[in-house]
Amino acid sequence: MTGANSFQVSGYGPARAGWTRLLARDSLARRLDWPILFSALALSLIGSILVFSATRNRTEINQGDPYFFLIRHLMNTGIGFALMIGTVWVGHRTLRTAVPLLYGASVFLLLLVLTPLGSTVNGAHSWIVLGGGFSLQPSEFVKITIILGMAMLLAARVDAGDKPYPDHRTVLQALGLAAVPMLIVMLMPDLGSVMVMVIIVLGVLLASGASNRWVFGLLGAGTLGALAVWQLGVLDEYQIARFAAFANPSLDPAGVGYNTNQARIAIGSGGLTGAGLFHGSQTTGQFVPEQQTDFVFTVAGEELGFVGAGLIIVLLGVVLWRACRIARETTELYGTIVAAGIVAWFAFQSFENIGMTLGIMPVTGLPLPFVSYGGSSMFAVWVAVGLLQSIKVQRPMSA
Amino acid sequence: MTNIPETGRTPRVQIRLVVIQILVLSLLGTLGGRLWYLQIREGDAYAKEASGNHVQQVVEPAVRGSILDARGVALADNETRLVVSASRTDLLKMKDDGKAVLTKLAKVLGMSAKDVMLKVRLCDAKTPQPCWNGSPYQPIPITDEATPKQALQIRERAEDFPGISAEPQAVRRYAAPGKANTAQVLGYLSPVTDEEITKAQDTDSPYLRSDQVGRSGLERQYDKELRGKAGVTRYEVDNLGRVIGQAEADEAQPGANLVTSIDARVQRVAEYELNQAMKIARQQFDKITGENYKADSGAVVVMEAKTGRIVAMASAPTYDPNVWVGGISAKDYKKLTGKNSDYPLLNRAIQGQSAPGSTFKVVSTAAAVEAGYEWDGGYPCTSSYSVGGQVFKNFEGESFGPISLGRALEVSCDTVFYGLADREWKKDGGINPKKGEPKDYFYKAAHQFGLGKVTGLDLPNEVTGRVPDRQWKESYWKANKDAWCRTGKKDGTYVEKIAYENCLEGNKMREGDSINYSIGQGDTLVTPIQEARIYGALANGGTMYQPSIGKAIISADGKTVQEIKPKPTGRLPVSQATLKGMDAALEGVVTRGTAAWKFGGWPQDKIPLHAKTGTAEVYGKQTTSWLATYSKDYTVVMTIAQAGTGSGASGEAVRKIYNAMYGVSADGTINKKNALLPSPQTSLPKVQTDGTIKSPKISKDPAKDQRASQDATPQPDETQQGATVNTPTNGNRDTRRRRRRRGSRRMLT
Repeated sequence: MTGANSFQVSGYGPARAGWTRLLARDSLARRLDWPILFSALALSLIGSILVFSATRNRTEINQGDPYFFLIRHLMNTGIGFALMIGTVWVGHRTLRTAVPLLYGASVFLLLLVLTPLGSTVNGAHSWIVLGGGFSLQPSEFVKITIILGMAMLLAARVDAGDKPYPDHRTVLQALGLAAVPMLIVMLMPDLGSVMVMVIIVLGVLLASGASNRWVFGLLGAGTLGALAVWQLGVLDEYQIARFAAFANPSLDPAGVGYNTNQARIAIGSGGLTGAGLFHGSQTTGQFVPEQQTDFVFTVAGEELGFVGAGLIIVLLGVVLWRACRIARETTELYGTIVAAGIVAWFAFQSFENIGMTLGIMPVTGLPLPFVSYGGSSMFAVWVAVGLLQSIKVQRPMSA
Repeated sequence: MTNIPETGRTPRVQIRLVVIQILVLSLLGTLGGRLWYLQIREGDAYAKEASGNHVQQVVEPAVRGSILDARGVALADNETRLVVSASRTDLLKMKDDGKAVLTKLAKVLGMSAKDVMLKVRLCDAKTPQPCWNGSPYQPIPITDEATPKQALQIRERAEDFPGISAEPQAVRRYAAPGKANTAQVLGYLSPVTDEEITKAQDTDSPYLRSDQVGRSGLERQYDKELRGKAGVTRYEVDNLGRVIGQAEADEAQPGANLVTSIDARVQRVAEYELNQAMKIARQQFDKITGENYKADSGAVVVMEAKTGRIVAMASAPTYDPNVWVGGISAKDYKKLTGKNSDYPLLNRAIQGQSAPGSTFKVVSTAAAVEAGYEWDGGYPCTSSYSVGGQVFKNFEGESFGPISLGRALEVSCDTVFYGLADREWKKDGGINPKKGEPKDYFYKAAHQFGLGKVTGLDLPNEVTGRVPDRQWKESYWKANKDAWCRTGKKDGTYVEKIAYENCLEGNKMREGDSINYSIGQGDTLVTPIQEARIYGALANGGTMYQPSIGKAIISADGKTVQEIKPKPTGRLPVSQATLKGMDAALEGVVTRGTAAWKFGGWPQDKIPLHAKTGTAEVYGKQTTSWLATYSKDYTVVMTIAQAGTGSGASGEAVRKIYNAMYGVSADGTINKKNALLPSPQTSLPKVQTDGTIKSPKISKDPAKDQRASQDATPQPDETQQGATVNTPTNGNRDTRRRRRRRGSRRMLT
């Protein structure tokens, strides 16, 4: 071990002014993953415009202020950005030690949702209303703690050099750790989030190098579980209806099929360049429900057209591509697992969200990362960006 | 650090990470592809759907124009009624599809719940009336006769009646001024069908879902003018129907008013007298069939002789056109159109056809002159005319010796016409005409008199009648010979024998055919309106006019008046000298001929009348009576099916119509005060500055008034003895009571 200081030039050089230090080859700023940062910021700002377009006329929810949602979205972005900086500053490895605390806190918040403190929005009982127009969706943060917790457990022995792969016992422990919050979320019921968590668990297991048996076993269990959920009637009527409407959108165009139909009409009518910002008749006419949150992509589709909507997909692609690279290039398994978990999370959530507006996925209440309006989701994804940056920044350091 | 590589990852992890990366990118690729499919490939279709989504049309129906009589009295107009309607979309949102609400509504309206439900169901191929054939998104009217109390009940308890509205609306009213209902001439309206909407989509007068369309009569003929143009305002709306966008509006243009040549009072008199005549005929005994006359249908046309304008047109049996307003009930519909109905929707003045009987002799007379026969030549009027083995008898075996054509027309001598027609038939080469065109004077004349084709009157679905010339015989034979040859038997029953003959030579003009034809019997068919045109032309000196009812179309604001001018369509093929002779002969019919017994005491020197009676045989039925008359200005033609002779059945009624128009009392005195229309109405009703049309008051029942005034004691100042005194004692000469003979063929009507 040559020691951590062997790569640091600054130790021997003259003290430099603040901005030059930032530009130095080895500076934190130089080592940040700028494409991810840029893309995430761009997505958030595009999101703010789309949210504004979708809500400026919705007087029944914007409390008479057309900028109500715009300002809040920008505020959320700012807070998210700050959380990211904080996360980078603390570092993902420091957070590793705080996992028990974070995990405990997030599970506690989840449980709080099940108490009378929790409230129901759109059929999902997954919110804690804080008052003053703010509310918290703990399931968003649980996604992070599941990733961190599982990564901590799975990578511990491997990073220590004891084992090439996590053993069955560790995998079992990690699964148990993920299962607790997932069960709680399922009770809410917030099936969309559960699905995301399943995918996260899958991604984490894959990246950890756990035996194929676990991966395929989990896939099989997931399928069986879905079947069981369907057969045992755990699903609410509205959820079954959503799936039925997905299978056949013309089933009930005024009812459950309405969302998907209107969403598709909005996107389809956008054409190549769209109707122009604030000129979409579907958006202005509020034909698409939940357009500032789950169906925000339809605003882009209608008003910005193929060009604008494609740009969102490309930006998400940049984030995911860079995140994959970070996962592949970081030196320790812990970082790899965390990055892979985030990739699985972002990828599935983006695919599900955009897919449902395009009519190729069933409707679930999942936000589009960065773009959809919603504080908890925005904070969570920015924290995730912070984790990615932290992993990237510390890449050259030896474990 | 043994076997763990520097990167901290085993190859297995590395491979899996690559797999994840590929998977993620392919997911994004899928999204991109789907996005391209929706926006670029299918973009246009979705754009269309989106625009349909957010544009709402609000239709303000145009007020339909009125149909007025010649003096401006409304025959059809609009009135404000309280219309209770149900929104189907709202009802379907309820758990029981609105059954509870409709049942409650039925109770308030005093209707049966079943009737209400039937009214709101949608029409399709399998659903009979009543049903709604308008748009399912449009309120469906349940009744337009709600009382203010019922409307209030519904409005005040709106929460009990979701989806039900009660609002005043303009609905069609057939006012029947002075009890003149004019049903068949006016026609009726019913909601536009999907088919018509698609058909009229790209024309200059497209239909709206809410439109009512004229289905018959003037309502149909002048539908485009009367309908106006509905106002359409297009709003951009949001998902809750709130208006968000700029409105684009086409204002409603109310329909134009149609002024007709009908005079409501004369119309009423005509309707009343026709009905009376039929009632009286039903009390008469028919010696041939051994039972009372059935007099099951009839028609009368009163036409201005010098313009072809219709002053009155009545058809019996009739109905109340108001049954169509607000949707017709199943029971009423069946009554009007069912198999057991007497088809009151038919306008028998233009859609009823039968053989003309002796009224046809004016055509034969003209044909004879055309063929070169001297007017004053002595033509033998014998009691019978024999051809081969057949004997064609004159009416009741009368004989007048050699007489002129005019006299033959006056006394309606059949044998004269038999002889002339037979001679022409032989000249043309008999049953197998020589090469080259046979002259066919008698048939040509019929065509020149406008028979065998529509008169072009401005009413829909006029029938053509028929001239049984060679051409028709040929085509008729071709169409029927298979059946004839199958059923015909040489020694069978009468019908079978006829079929046998027809099979052999039905395509040939036989001697008997031509002989029968010359006196208006056999296969000839005419409509009352065709007769009116012929006799109108005789009255005006030979010009045939296209009959018309519409006189002017006046825009709703009264600013544009589009007059409909009388249209001469040709001249009778008759010289002025012949015309004079015929005129005198037909006057003789009134003064001393077959109609004289009904026109005794008529002031003939003041108001010369001309007439021809006719009695047409109909196989298997009682005879059809015809009476065609004209004065200087008017033609009145009346026909009643299964009612005996022309003068017997209609003489009195036609006289009473003339009485009413000229103000003639029963004893022949003229009282100008009572005259409804001594000369035709030439001016149009006055249009006031606000566009409304001035209309005179009309008494409750002009027909009853007329009867009363005609029968009242004569006023001393106007006392005038009628010029005609001759009152024949014997009946109508025109009734032929021949036994069925070989060669006399009759239309089975």
